[in-house]
Amino acid sequence: MADQATFADQAMPLMGSLYSAALRMTRNPADAEDLVQETYLKAYRGFAGFSEGTNLKAWLYRILTNTFINTYRAKKRRPDETELDEVEDLYLYRRLGGLEAATMGRSAEDELMDWFTEIEVKEALEDLPEQFRMAVLLADVEGFSYKEIAEILDIPIGTVMSRLHRGRTGLQKRLYDFAVSRGLADPEPEVAATPATPVRGVES
Amino acid sequence: MTDCNEALQELYTYLDGELTADRRRHISAHLNDCSPCLEAFDFQAEIRLVIAQKCRDEAPQELKDKVARAIGLDPATGQIHP
Repeated sequence: MADQATFADQAMPLMGSLYSAALRMTRNPADAEDLVQETYLKAYRGFAGFSEGTNLKAWLYRILTNTFINTYRAKKRRPDETELDEVEDLYLYRRLGGLEAATMGRSAEDELMDWFTEIEVKEALEDLPEQFRMAVLLADVEGFSYKEIAEILDIPIGTVMSRLHRGRTGLQKRLYDFAVSRGLADPEPEVAATPATPVRGVES
Repeated sequence: MTDCNEALQELYTYLDGELTADRRRHISAHLNDCSPCLEAFDFQAEIRLVIAQKCRDEAPQELKDKVARAIGLDPATGQIHP
């Protein structure tokens, strides 16, 4: 059975990436496993209808997304379209960008990688409202183009761009909160403390 | 000459590789001449890399086996069951 072999060769290696996405979507390992399994079964059954030469990964993500929306999300309240505050552009850069220069001799790349733990980055992404989370996940983690994201999520390209923009700035604000809570950055410029009364020099 | 506001406006479309070749050249030329903009662009590119690298999870072996069995593969070899 040629189809079965092709499917095994091409779709099975993508499971790690689909599972990661499913985890970000469901925020729960048990649901993520069910979601991935269901996605692979649907894809396998529909594989005959998949046209060779088109993007298999995008096709699998579309099935994953639709399955998530129709099955898992239905359990919960529908996401509110506006539950994300506007955040200024370059939010994190304006607050953390300067810190790089202050550190001794290490590259900015190393710094940024070290500033945030895996748990923090995942949490920052998972905390985004669903429609923004999906856009950021597909673009920044999976590297899909605007056009592919538009097709996967079934929304216009302009909507992809605005969701990405708000999702990215929202995620950066969340990362900044983590940096503040770990003392890497100051919350707000603090009011100068009243100078302490000078301590009298101990007479020798 | 592209100014800084214009460059920052197109920061994400530039980093996402979604600009036309012509617009891309304009922004690149600006970045060559403007180190503050270049720094901001680099920072955003780095953050994106951090997100991509830190959001990877390995599929559990049990899940791989379950899916393999469901589509008629031998989980041990990944080959089609005889």
